[in-house]
Amino acid sequence: MPQATTVDKHPLDEIIREDRMPHIWCPGCGIGIAMRCYAAAILESGIPVDNHVVVSGIGCTGRVAGYMDLDSYHSTHGRAIPFATGLKLANPDLMVTVFSGDGDLAAIGGNHLIHAARRNVDIKVVCVNNFNYGMTGGQVGPTTPYTARGTTAPYGNPEQPFNLPSLVGASGANYVSRWTTLHVRQLKQDILASFTRPGFNFIEVLSPCPIGFGKSNDIPDGLEEMELYRERCLLIDNGEVDLDVLSIDLREDKPIYIGEFVERDRPIFECVKVNE
Amino acid sequence: MNDARVRTGKYFMHGDHACAEGALAAGCNFFAGYPITPSTEVAEHLAYRLPKVGGTFIQMEDELASMAAIIGASAAGARSMTATSGPGLSLMMENLGLAVMLETPCVIIDIQRGSPSTGLPTMAGQSDVMQAQWGSHGDYEIVAYAPSSPQETFDLTVLAFNVADRFRTPVILLGDEVIGHMMERVEIPAADEIVLWDRKRPKSSPGNNGDYKAFLPDEDDLVPAMAHAGEGYRVHFTGLTHDELGYPAMDADTHHKLVTRLVEKIRRNADEIIRTEEIYLDDAEIVVISYGCTARSARRAVREAREQGIKVGMLRLISIWPFPEKQITSLGEQAKAFIVAEMNLGQISREVERFVSQPVTGVHHAGGAMIPPEPILEEIANCQRSIANG
Repeated sequence: MPQATTVDKHPLDEIIREDRMPHIWCPGCGIGIAMRCYAAAILESGIPVDNHVVVSGIGCTGRVAGYMDLDSYHSTHGRAIPFATGLKLANPDLMVTVFSGDGDLAAIGGNHLIHAARRNVDIKVVCVNNFNYGMTGGQVGPTTPYTARGTTAPYGNPEQPFNLPSLVGASGANYVSRWTTLHVRQLKQDILASFTRPGFNFIEVLSPCPIGFGKSNDIPDGLEEMELYRERCLLIDNGEVDLDVLSIDLREDKPIYIGEFVERDRPIFECVKVNE
Repeated sequence: MNDARVRTGKYFMHGDHACAEGALAAGCNFFAGYPITPSTEVAEHLAYRLPKVGGTFIQMEDELASMAAIIGASAAGARSMTATSGPGLSLMMENLGLAVMLETPCVIIDIQRGSPSTGLPTMAGQSDVMQAQWGSHGDYEIVAYAPSSPQETFDLTVLAFNVADRFRTPVILLGDEVIGHMMERVEIPAADEIVLWDRKRPKSSPGNNGDYKAFLPDEDDLVPAMAHAGEGYRVHFTGLTHDELGYPAMDADTHHKLVTRLVEKIRRNADEIIRTEEIYLDDAEIVVISYGCTARSARRAVREAREQGIKVGMLRLISIWPFPEKQITSLGEQAKAFIVAEMNLGQISREVERFVSQPVTGVHHAGGAMIPPEPILEEIANCQRSIANG
């Protein structure tokens, strides 16, 4: 007879704030999957957990900082990157990761994003892109595809979206990649690798948001969007990529490119030291 | 001049440089800022000096980022500051509120210029006084000092860092273009004569069963001890309303308790924070209140009026916030008239009116030129005539 085993603790409990559960995310949301990849990467990193610091901005993904049992900072809307920059420069021994959403990082925080990439400051950024403002209820944002619907674009989005890897790559980041919440192994490995890849690392993670984005754009449940990722994602693995082709429209029957798009070795921002 | 952190000695020094030297003497080891007239010399001086004493200087992309960066640096244990002027202070208001809520010590230098909007970039103003207290949304109490000379700029910058650390709060230095761009004698004391106040730190060691709570205040001063990133306490800091552990708590009771404590933390400790100078106040029937560069003219006007036999004195506000309401209330028991001289259209005048029943007249100017002693002296004479005529 098979015996039921009781597990007292989940392997990730060491770095998840159990006392903050249940989380706020909706059924079908992908943010928890991305957070789990981050948590697993931390435990595998060999870097003492107490040296890891997470900084978030505002929004659904911004809540990640509140759930990680790390030194964790939930800053203001869009300002996670400059907050993290100050933290990292004040104590360069820390492994500082910014975990935030596309609206936070690319709209209200867009200026900070491109300048941090230009500086190539040594922080890791995981940007969960769900193509809309989820927490406030499904408004269009900087990544919403042209003509897609949102509560502030009931007749379709009249604006063109950002292609985030192209934007951040052109700004000078040492590393730019994209995965989806379906690609959990690659995502975990990539976050893990980012801890040893110097400079500004930007990892975009496409995520379902069935309540905010999906329901008004004919992708009404999370599983359906995951299925869409499975069918359409095309891995770029030769390191040669035209960043212009990376724009995404989930509704079009064309490839969604994933993989590592930029890897280079530009000088990293370090504060000036003068010894005389 | 040497490259030591504390440049002990006597100098003929620029006000903005005195500010930068005060910061260094106070142990500032992190500066993030964005160039803006008339505060740029603070940044320029620190860009040169900080790398030589092991500190960090970074020029950010804007003031939003500068303010965020100094809070982040403070969370990691740095003594951090930024420097700006009115338009930049407006942008910093968002994260000033964050610094209040996270109780992260930091210092904001505001060298005021003619405002509103772009105003008079190269000319003085004192019109950020109310913004300093009320500029960010929500209830909070701010600490702000207003130097009247380069020497005082040095001294008050040191004090600003001390008060910030002592009370886990942002502190604003409300300078102005006149003092910032003035050259005057500055004496920098020996390093061991500069008194530094410590940031309150956790008493228990880190660990999952530790009893440290990042937002649990001591009962006497309402200030919680602060752990820094990387020390193992696994703190959570959020701008959301939070409980003593730092966890978000979306309920009215927690919110009221937290915001009340943040306000009371400053009010209850006001005597430790407030600084004023009293001149000829013992028998004064007319009280002139002034601060910053305008106090220099007011001092001259009061001295000349005294020479004419008028019973006038002066209260110079060295700290603007928290407002010295007890002192002004008690002056209301002896004085027959109040005059407020300031380079704005009545921001502190209105504040004084809240605490006295006597007439308060203002010697006001919107900014751009320092108020000379004459209109203040004239107003003193007017008040004297009114008093004499009963």
